[in-house]
Amino acid sequence: MLTLPSGNWSETLDSLFVVRTFMRKKAIISIVIIGTFVLYSLIHSHSSPAAVVPITSAGSRSSSSSATTPSSNEPPNATVTPSSFYKDGSYTGSVADAQWGVVQVKAVIQHGKITDVQFLQYPNDRSRSIDINSIADPQLTSEAIQAQSANVDIVTGATDSSDAFIQSLTDALSQAHA
Amino acid sequence: MKQFQSLMGMPITVEVVDPSVTGADIEKVFAYFRTVDDTFSMYKEHSEMSKVNRGELGEEEYSHAMKTVLALSEQTKQETQGYFDIQHNGTADPSGIVKGWAILQAAHMLKEAGFTNFYIDAGGDIQVSGKKGGNPWRIGIRNPFNRKEHVKVLAVTDKGIATSGTAIRGQHIYDPHHPQTPLLDIVSLTVIGPNVYEADRFATAAFAMGKKGIYFVEQLPGFEGYMIDASAQATFTSGFERYVLKA
Repeated sequence: MLTLPSGNWSETLDSLFVVRTFMRKKAIISIVIIGTFVLYSLIHSHSSPAAVVPITSAGSRSSSSSATTPSSNEPPNATVTPSSFYKDGSYTGSVADAQWGVVQVKAVIQHGKITDVQFLQYPNDRSRSIDINSIADPQLTSEAIQAQSANVDIVTGATDSSDAFIQSLTDALSQAHA
Repeated sequence: MKQFQSLMGMPITVEVVDPSVTGADIEKVFAYFRTVDDTFSMYKEHSEMSKVNRGELGEEEYSHAMKTVLALSEQTKQETQGYFDIQHNGTADPSGIVKGWAILQAAHMLKEAGFTNFYIDAGGDIQVSGKKGGNPWRIGIRNPFNRKEHVKVLAVTDKGIATSGTAIRGQHIYDPHHPQTPLLDIVSLTVIGPNVYEADRFATAAFAMGKKGIYFVEQLPGFEGYMIDASAQATFTSGFERYVLKA
């Protein structure tokens, strides 16, 4: 049995219109923000292949600092699968759907081992994250993450992210099979 | 002096900056971690933990370390509304508490040996003591989307720092109240606490709570947290910024 909404239709349409206007505003804001980042990225790192991912491309190449901390290196036994299966090269994985956007990775294989996994895309859709921020406690603060250039002594952190990551990586590695 | 070994399936780094330190002092720390692994490994058939799970030991036969860890696990379960639970499919896996506990014991060993300025880092969970070159230790929070970057730099002394998150080898934390539901909202949750044992156990429990985990950290006196969600947004507790290194 289909239930019709109570209240009159013009009211419903009005509120739909308000929602759509709001969404259009959000879209325009997102485009402006993303555009700014792309511009910034183009100016600051011509060589970056992933200019649409602000934090990856505009982020300082902090590998010099992390290279000095052994903890940022994978332990020898942490490779996903036995190394001898893979052909050397760079392999781009499929675009996998994460809950708030998409994830795409590139796996780099050297001497049959995974030496690097880079994010080509990860969720950074500001217009969607507004919904998340709106539930934040007033005492807590939210911000978009941003790469820092200062040198560090030690690194803490989760290594990589989520099912979507694994899905994209699995796809990249399937291409690398010898 | 700084030394690195891969033990218990993770990289362990010990750095002691007090000038009197010798290689033998640091080797004692690694030897201790090997003992802990031999006792609590889930993968070694002859570890005490494996014997406990196979029902081969009576409780009165448990080692002191085993009794301590099981008691701490139970206490943590009580303190986290059941979100921290070592029981899963009929097996006790206390790995989530052993790591932080062992790092803290190792830090006590260094203190008792007379050292004051050092850190011990086991797989990204860290106990720092004193300072390096007169300044607090500088700890980077890794970008969960790009492991070559850090997204915050903390300046800390005499604290424990631990991060829970999704890892390259797959999800290793689940919500015991909804074990079938994958935790996808949060990708990284860093906790700063009075020591690494406290930081680690509450980081694990808060991660299992999903988005409300950061509120759990907020209401813990003496703890601060920095949570990164799947949309690359961070949310942090009200006192967190006092640990952030100002550029």
